[in-house]
Amino acid sequence: MSAHPVQTASNDWLAICPASAIPLLGARVVRTALGNVAIFRNQDDQVFAVQDACPHKGGPLSQGIVHGLTVTCPLHAWKIDLDCGEAIAPDQGCVARYPVQVRDQHVYLSLTPLPRTTET
Amino acid sequence: MEKQKLVMIGNGMAGVRTLEELLKLAPDHYEITVFGAEPHGNYNRILLSPVLSGEMTLPEIMLNDLDWYRDNGITLHAGRKVVGIDRRQRVVTADDGTVASYDRLLLATGSNPFILPVPGRDLPGVIAYRDIADTETMIATASAHRHAVVIGAGLLGLEAANGLLLRGMNVTVVHVGDWIMERQLDRTAGGMLQRSLEAKGMRFLLAHHTSELVQGESGRVAAIRFKNGDSIPADLVVMAAGIRPNIELAKAVGIQCNRGVLVSDTLQTFDPAIYAVGECAEHRGVAYGLVAPLFEQAKVCANHLAQFGIGRYTGSVTSTKLKVTGIDVFSAGDFSSADGTEDIVLHDPGLGIYKRVVVRDDKVVGAVMIGDTADGSWYFKLLKDQQDISNIRDHLLFGQHGLGDVGHKGETVAANLPDDAEVCGCNGVCKGDIVKSIKGNGLFTLDEVRKHTKASSSCGSCTGLVEQILASTLGGAYQTTQSKDKPVCGCTHLSHGDVRTAIREQHLLSALQAMKVLDWKTPSGCASCRPALNYYCLSSWPHEATDDPQSRFINERAHANIQKDGTYSVVPRMWGGLTTPGELRAIADAAEKYAVPTIKVTGGQRIDLLGIRKDDLPAIWADLNKAGMVSGHAYGKSIRTVKTCVGSEHCRFGTQRSMDLGVKLEKMLFDMYSPHKVKLAVSGCPRNCAEAGIKDVGVIGVDSGYELYVAGNGGIKTEVAQFLAKVKTDEEVMEYSGAFLQLYREEGWYLERTCHYIERVGLDHAKAQVVNNATRRRELFERLLHSLQGAKDPWAERVEAERTSALAREFQTLEATA
Repeated sequence: MSAHPVQTASNDWLAICPASAIPLLGARVVRTALGNVAIFRNQDDQVFAVQDACPHKGGPLSQGIVHGLTVTCPLHAWKIDLDCGEAIAPDQGCVARYPVQVRDQHVYLSLTPLPRTTET
Repeated sequence: MEKQKLVMIGNGMAGVRTLEELLKLAPDHYEITVFGAEPHGNYNRILLSPVLSGEMTLPEIMLNDLDWYRDNGITLHAGRKVVGIDRRQRVVTADDGTVASYDRLLLATGSNPFILPVPGRDLPGVIAYRDIADTETMIATASAHRHAVVIGAGLLGLEAANGLLLRGMNVTVVHVGDWIMERQLDRTAGGMLQRSLEAKGMRFLLAHHTSELVQGESGRVAAIRFKNGDSIPADLVVMAAGIRPNIELAKAVGIQCNRGVLVSDTLQTFDPAIYAVGECAEHRGVAYGLVAPLFEQAKVCANHLAQFGIGRYTGSVTSTKLKVTGIDVFSAGDFSSADGTEDIVLHDPGLGIYKRVVVRDDKVVGAVMIGDTADGSWYFKLLKDQQDISNIRDHLLFGQHGLGDVGHKGETVAANLPDDAEVCGCNGVCKGDIVKSIKGNGLFTLDEVRKHTKASSSCGSCTGLVEQILASTLGGAYQTTQSKDKPVCGCTHLSHGDVRTAIREQHLLSALQAMKVLDWKTPSGCASCRPALNYYCLSSWPHEATDDPQSRFINERAHANIQKDGTYSVVPRMWGGLTTPGELRAIADAAEKYAVPTIKVTGGQRIDLLGIRKDDLPAIWADLNKAGMVSGHAYGKSIRTVKTCVGSEHCRFGTQRSMDLGVKLEKMLFDMYSPHKVKLAVSGCPRNCAEAGIKDVGVIGVDSGYELYVAGNGGIKTEVAQFLAKVKTDEEVMEYSGAFLQLYREEGWYLERTCHYIERVGLDHAKAQVVNNATRRRELFERLLHSLQGAKDPWAERVEAERTSALAREFQTLEATA
């Protein structure tokens, strides 16, 4: 399993779970001081971590269907791009992303949010 | 890889739509250059008439402004006309000397108005009606002159006439035909339209041939003379006598042309480096003038330019649904009363309503409507799908009644709704929002409106109304998208029918395998197609296909119903709605133990425990399992409940043991997944306390046996179940119901309820399989029983998996440790 490239200097990595505990095309929820964070694993074994709350009505994104780089929220089918955290147009909104990586078959999460990728 | 160069000649709606589609598919494949003869970006030509009449302004009808070209890295040469193409060197030259080389060239030169070859056609004051410049000329003329003559009573001519009338001119429409709009309307409808236009002040001269335009003292046109010798004053003459594909340039450089530039099913001309789309192209002998087919061409052309090479354009069936100057008009297909056709006509001159549906061999072949066109898109769908209408013939003219009526009390005419009327009750979208989005974002299809406004994207009950709003806002640009061949979603070009056939014929055993074999465009599908594929595999290959939990909606993965706050609701099964003190005690205990905030009795005679955390689900299931209860499947596209009345066991009116039969049916169908949810009911007498008349399968006990009803629906749009058969014994009820449900499981499209399935295939089809053919019925029934064999309680399975499997604690929230 290859980790998604992470551009952060953070060294506050938290050990979460064995990589095998996240189902392929699925997600797990981590309870953190910043609220629930969802860790996703997609078809290409990339992992992503975002706030587990849809920008629309706060739906738990972790419970959605994962496809490509996207998750579809289970409540009202908003699509969120896991790579940049932005809702897919014409919907508008974004969720916080967190650095996540897989080392020695174990998932590590940092709670220093990644900066927004788009200029708005 | 170095980018290839794509040059487009023409900057109109079809061409730019092709670029938009192309940018979606392959944003970096081409360096794009566009030449447009007009000095503007791309605008919605169809909306020129509201500009002329003063209802809209030019900025409002721009589809792609100059920023759009810049943002997408497209070089736009606006106001420059291409005068030469060197096909050897692959270079185009414009009138100002600008050159551009190409690897692929796209001709989208549109069409030219047909100018009558009569003396005086070049006089000042004689114009066509085609572009922004013409429109501006008309507006300017209207303020200084009095008499306008429009030649041609087609759609364009009438719109021009109406605009000039509203601008205060005295307008006469001259037409060679015997009635107006003869290509879209029959004589009766044409006459009705003419009378309503005359009531507004428009004048008509039919069967008049123009012989000359006469010059006045000022030098501009002053009168129009006809072949019969008459003449009338004219300060402005608008030629609207038809359009001709603009093929001058293509012809000059030796590209094969007939009426238009000849193109193949991939929109390529005889020179494979050169494509043509839109009004300039002629495909299989037809040059289209309506927007909808042009957009279909744009899609295919873009697909080919992006080197996907899977799209083919095979021609379009067109319909005209438009508002001619405030009067609704619809026409489609052939209404010429040829041999073997029959006319079904409703004509009420007092109300200004005329509907004529032309039928041949029990199929709709044409339709003309005026006044009330609400059902136009329905007739058009019947026509396109070649649906057998023998069943509905007696009420065909009264329409589908399929329009949304939630919150707007059967209001069926979108045009009459005020802007603040709520159209979509689920998402709180008003008519004004939709109209604004259609105009502001340049939307043309139902799917686009759904994406941008959310209207009709949830329960779908307002779909009919939204389509009408689209039609009345867009006029001729609108074309209904519903059809049998509609792709499952954007991930494929295959329809539900295609996918299911492929899964069956190629023995595909999982959603992921199906996506691979069927060349899905996306790596792992989307939230629409994956659940459908998963269902089709499982229902086609029971006990063989692999269920992919990640291709199921969360409710089916978690065996509970997700709520707005992310908690779940749990419904234990109570067979036939019967329960015991022991079960109730177990439910009460569980509710207390897991601090369930809300307990509610459901519409399906069950008890719902709401507000349960996902972490607690396996534990509460284990507790309920211990008391003998299993999953109620209240969450699935599956058998939900069999509702019963008490029947002859207790009721003084009961004729049959409805509770018994209900329990038997529910046990038989346990764990049955289906295209959509399935609800049953058994009533012990025709008083029907179990409400069997609005169920997917409803059973009503009568003294001599049971009446079976199917395809009812109590939800979004109440549908009364239709009579299927009368049977004598419980065993027959089970066999007939089971066979019907298996037929639906095998033929229904994913997310299609039985009522929609039966509407699509016809009740006669179901009767032929289930009632009239005993062999077929038994086969269906056996296949149902086979696929349900060994059904396990999903709760118990899950509880068991928690103890054994690798993904054991999937439902548990993880804790972060430093």
